[in-house]
Amino acid sequence: MIEVEWIWGLIGGLIIGCGGAVYLLGNGRIMGASGIIGGLVDGTGRNAWVERVSFIAALVLAPALLIYFSGRPAETNLTDNWVLIVVAGLLVGVGTRVGNGCTSGHGVCGISRLSPRGIVATLVYIFAGAVMVVALRSMMGGL
Amino acid sequence: MRNMIAVLSGALFGIGLYIADMTNTVKVQGFLDFFGSWDPTLAFVMGGAIIPMAVAWALTRNRKPLIGGEFPARPEAKFDRRLIVGAILFGMGWGLVGLCPGPALASLSYGGIGGLVFLVAMLSGMLIAPKVSALLDSKP
Repeated sequence: MIEVEWIWGLIGGLIIGCGGAVYLLGNGRIMGASGIIGGLVDGTGRNAWVERVSFIAALVLAPALLIYFSGRPAETNLTDNWVLIVVAGLLVGVGTRVGNGCTSGHGVCGISRLSPRGIVATLVYIFAGAVMVVALRSMMGGL
Repeated sequence: MRNMIAVLSGALFGIGLYIADMTNTVKVQGFLDFFGSWDPTLAFVMGGAIIPMAVAWALTRNRKPLIGGEFPARPEAKFDRRLIVGAILFGMGWGLVGLCPGPALASLSYGGIGGLVFLVAMLSGMLIAPKVSALLDSKP
């Protein structure tokens, strides 16, 4: 199965891109996960809160229903190191809001319109993530 | 209408993440592991997602969104401290455990307690982010 994983990546990516296209052409908005939920947290997105909650509810429920009906479970393989989980969550929360975007906003939506900010942010967070993975491996002897 | 579009979009996003196995932190950290056994899947996901989005951006020319209003203006190519520091902090957290905001939400139903703790920490981070932004702006 390993050799066909990239095909599923490509198909999944195309579906994700269609989600972004629907949001953009329909509502005139950027499908950025951190922006959509972040606006609810800090109150800057109060004006469109029903739209945001609808998006998030569908994002949570669609995979749950898919797993339920397909019978194919998904696995996150998340670390069981609580310190890592909390520190990483805080960094992702602060970083995506300060930098105004995450993998979906800067990555998918930004790069596809050749936004210099999106391209630069994506290169920077991939670089920072790669450094972190190397650091993790050298400090803990593995991921 | 607007909320139905948000539901459709969120559902497609979640289904795509599930099919591409992007809520699997091993796949994400494997992509970031350029000096180990590199896993290119995430690059295919990004590439795949960019194709319909590029078409969508092309279609925004001389048009209006379905629900009315305006399409988001093209942001200035301004690489301020917020963008760079924010991207570095985000990338560090992303590399540490292999989760970013979209997959953290999409995996909520099967991510266990760990996934929930990550989400709560992420929302807390988002709550203190405006203070961090203000701090960055205050430095000369």
